[in-house]
Amino acid sequence: MELKSQAPTGPIETRWERHRFNMKLVNPANRRRHTVIVVGTGLAGGALAATLGEQGYNVKAFCYQDSPRRAHSIAAQGGINAAKNYQNDGDSVYRLFYDTVKGGDFRARESNVYRLAEVSVNIIDQCVAQGVPFAREYSGLLDNRSFGGAQVSRTFYARGQTGQQLLLGAYQALSKQIGRGQVQMFGRHEMLELIVIDGRARGIVARNMETGEIRAHLADVVALCTGGYGNVFFLSTNAKGCNVTATWRAHRKGALFANPCYTQIHPTCIPVSGTSQSKLTLMSESLRNDGRVWVPKNPADVTKSPDQIPESDRDYYLERLYPSFGNLVPRDIASRRAKDMCDEGRGVGPEVNGQRRGVYLDFKDAIQRMGKKAVEEKYGNLFEMYERIAGEDPYKVPMRIYPAVHYTMGGLWVDYNLMSTIGGLFVGGEANFSDHGANRLGASALMQGLADGYFILPYTIANYLAQTPRNTADEGHPAVREALDAVRTRTEKFLSIRGKRSPDSFHRELGQLMWEKCGMARTKQGLEEALAKIPAIREEFWNNLNVLGGASELNVSLEKAGRVADFLELGELMCRDALVREESCGGHFREEHQTPEGEAQRDDENFSHVSAWEFTGTNSAPILHKEQLEFEYVKPTQRSYK
Amino acid sequence: MKKALSFLETTIGKKVVMALSGLVLFGFVIAHMLGNLQVLMGPEVFNAYAIGMHSLPAPIFWGGRAVILIAFVLHVTMALQLVTRTAAARPVPYTKKKNERTTYAALTMKMSGLTLLFFVLYHLAHFTFPGVAMGAYEHLGYTQVYSNFVNGFSIPWVTALYVAAMISLGFHLYHGSFSLFQTLGLVHPKRNHIIKGAAQIVALTVTTGNIILPLSVTFGLVS
Amino acid sequence: MSKTLNLVLHIWRQKNRDSRGGFVRYEISDVSEHSSFLEMLDQLNEQLIARGEEPVAFDHDCREGICGACGMVINGEPHGPQKLTTTCQLHMRKFKSGDELYLEPFRAQAFPVIRDLIVDRAPLDRIVQAGGFIGARTGSAPDANSILVPKENADRAMDAAACIGCGACVAACPNASAMLFTAAKAGHLNLLPQGQPERTARVLNMVSQMDSEGFGHCTNHFECMEACPKGIDVDFIAKLNRDYLRANVESREVNSSDNSAG
Repeated sequence: MELKSQAPTGPIETRWERHRFNMKLVNPANRRRHTVIVVGTGLAGGALAATLGEQGYNVKAFCYQDSPRRAHSIAAQGGINAAKNYQNDGDSVYRLFYDTVKGGDFRARESNVYRLAEVSVNIIDQCVAQGVPFAREYSGLLDNRSFGGAQVSRTFYARGQTGQQLLLGAYQALSKQIGRGQVQMFGRHEMLELIVIDGRARGIVARNMETGEIRAHLADVVALCTGGYGNVFFLSTNAKGCNVTATWRAHRKGALFANPCYTQIHPTCIPVSGTSQSKLTLMSESLRNDGRVWVPKNPADVTKSPDQIPESDRDYYLERLYPSFGNLVPRDIASRRAKDMCDEGRGVGPEVNGQRRGVYLDFKDAIQRMGKKAVEEKYGNLFEMYERIAGEDPYKVPMRIYPAVHYTMGGLWVDYNLMSTIGGLFVGGEANFSDHGANRLGASALMQGLADGYFILPYTIANYLAQTPRNTADEGHPAVREALDAVRTRTEKFLSIRGKRSPDSFHRELGQLMWEKCGMARTKQGLEEALAKIPAIREEFWNNLNVLGGASELNVSLEKAGRVADFLELGELMCRDALVREESCGGHFREEHQTPEGEAQRDDENFSHVSAWEFTGTNSAPILHKEQLEFEYVKPTQRSYK
Repeated sequence: MKKALSFLETTIGKKVVMALSGLVLFGFVIAHMLGNLQVLMGPEVFNAYAIGMHSLPAPIFWGGRAVILIAFVLHVTMALQLVTRTAAARPVPYTKKKNERTTYAALTMKMSGLTLLFFVLYHLAHFTFPGVAMGAYEHLGYTQVYSNFVNGFSIPWVTALYVAAMISLGFHLYHGSFSLFQTLGLVHPKRNHIIKGAAQIVALTVTTGNIILPLSVTFGLVS
Repeated sequence: MSKTLNLVLHIWRQKNRDSRGGFVRYEISDVSEHSSFLEMLDQLNEQLIARGEEPVAFDHDCREGICGACGMVINGEPHGPQKLTTTCQLHMRKFKSGDELYLEPFRAQAFPVIRDLIVDRAPLDRIVQAGGFIGARTGSAPDANSILVPKENADRAMDAAACIGCGACVAACPNASAMLFTAAKAGHLNLLPQGQPERTARVLNMVSQMDSEGFGHCTNHFECMEACPKGIDVDFIAKLNRDYLRANVESREVNSSDNSAG
């Protein structure tokens, strides 16, 4: 299979414009004849469903939560980037493009990234018009801050709840269309299968999570905006419900899965406190703007109360190692250095499974410099959140932080039109692989979700619809019946095993293995061990799973079982991808490939490509396809944040 | 799009009517108290006050009474509509429920309102349209209100009933007058404590003033 | 070593919308004080599954206090005893070993129980669908800085927009009223210049929808504000009342001028 990116060529500044002109349009009067299924109602899905509804298409939107307002985009705290240059500090579309390609460690497609930077300015306009209450200056103009290591202030924010406010903006736009009857909303519905007819995505099978009813929904085109797969690690900053099922089911039906090993570890999360922990909580990276990261110089000091450790015995290791970026180094670097410190035995906080995994993030100097009130104004809600969870007052005791899985750059392979390798199956937001390469910059996820949903997919989906015959199959079509049967069989299987272990116990086991072997640092040996173990866990899962209750009712264990089953397949693919990628880049760090200073060592000669995997069967090896990446504008260099 | 409910079909509309009619009744209660406190100034002043009221031009006298009656009817009607509606809003009650912010006055609004409804009927029968057997006394007509007043409060249980009703009124007025500002949207974060404080003072004043009336007979201040 | 707790839980179990529910008593031991409340329930559920009983169903998702999915009444308080805290952010260190806790679903006619502690909060979505939006067509927005918003208004709008739609206000209200929820969304949009053109219709339609859903009316107990995990102020209710009055006056003007024109 040859992967055609469909990316336009020529001057990068006009690629999207030219591409848009070349795309076909759907006459407004014909739009109501088309049905579009949108799965997931986060920033990408919510914005897409709202926009398509507004344009007159019939939209069926699905989410597993009770309401589209709860998608996990809501949890993003820090902000959203846009190349507005409102601060007149030298920002531009080109600079945002440049920073994103470089930040992604040269593993993203230039055309896509440029387009993302280009539409970023429209996103802010759109959101303001919708009433998103971004932070303002006293002049009434929008405020910006510098974020995640950027040297310009291009991040727009709404207190520490930017994701929430952007999502509510999209949710409100979507609600308007639901109220008009233009979008039919299916809350508490989970997509369990993709329906492919004659090579084209034509619908989904979804389970009503309240009644257990399993039904086929048919359409002309399907868009998956179902988020990332970080929950494969069990402990992550994702919502508990986040899962890979929608994209994995599509992968099994022929959509290639790209770069599954690219996972982002976020450096500022609240450390694990005990063995019953169910999820990790991220605190905005903006904390690193004013907080200073340190560990005791001497491993003997780790049990001491931090105020008993004098300045001279503290190691502000990020400032020491990276004098120019200091505490603001990119996420992957900040994360790995924290791991190093803990591996050296200098981690702080409670011992969990025999290890202290935490470093201090100290605001003492900031409080002295800015005053407590200013710190409170800037970070008050984050401090409160920390205190609620950790039970310590960060105004008095330094926060403890540790990296946690936060975002997955990998996802279904898509071309420039955000269409997967299955015709008519579009993928937006975190669910696709497209824009962040091997590492995502802070405040860029919200940007990508909304770019895909508001400004890219509505065009490219129309282009597809204009050139494709409408769906004519009904529920009697063999492909539909087959998809329905597959879901029913699988559901019955889960309920009939009646073994001894809960879905969660398998999930924890898989998660721990993935974190150890395919987490922040990976080795050939570790990955091979994981690849040997995962099939065994999967084997036990299918023989010793215990799902109580029935199929025709709200059944949380059943939902969980389906998701874990898919994670058990995905985990293996991630390890395989990480094993084959014999280099380090961005969030993928192979210990065998590092510079003498311990930084990621890319191998552009052999790995300047997207790895896209084709499914061949649960227990047979997937086929690797490569999309070569060309860098015409931003020439790959070794990232340096010294 | 469904047609929106009309103003009086919505709970806010009904509450606005309650607030405005409550405001009229509130004004009446204060005027009524001030008028009746003149009883402390002796029979001449008090009787003259009553006669003066009755010699007001008919449109003002009857118009005033009509306004009060309409306000009363509206207040009670809206209250009944809202209460029956809300009674259905939580069909399964909590096994445990903690209230943390509300006040006794707010929680007993329905009871104090009902108490006042019956009290007003009794009060009218007692002084304005005498003829009810309970607490009966010889009613000498409006020219002799001072004697009526003394006779009317000469039975201890009648006095007790009035005192109890006035305490209810105090609570009702406190929550009602404060709610009025909220319902009409006249609050402001900086003024809210003033409104709440003023509501307390007014409620306390009205209750005290009205309780003095029957007790003045009991303690022989008025005889 | 952190402390652990032993608890007695009385949990509302109900199979589905139509069945009758009731409390079931459970004992749980060795709960870490650092566990969140929902992790304590996870622990209970693992034990239930191990002994062949169906786990307790409760809504939850982000577990960081922002999605608004979680929520139950813990000993008479929606989201439990800690102020400004969702159930998922409540930690066991707020309880004592030996505590006896009653866990009930949010109770309201408009929030039917779906299963155990899960209720259907779709009426809140429908209130937003009725008018809780600014109809800005994608792609037609002017430059973001061409709309100036005084900082005070933006901040106040953000105070209201912080609502997570969890429904605790309804659960806490002695009348099961949804005024705080409705007021927060309407208040957020009505405070901004972008929200002005649709202001009248927004308020009329949202209030109308709220009342059609069978919520009770507001009698100013302010229990909602106390229960709200985001501390949304009841002043927004006063603002909604004011906006509603104003909208009625304005809509009459518009209607009468429509009539004269037609």
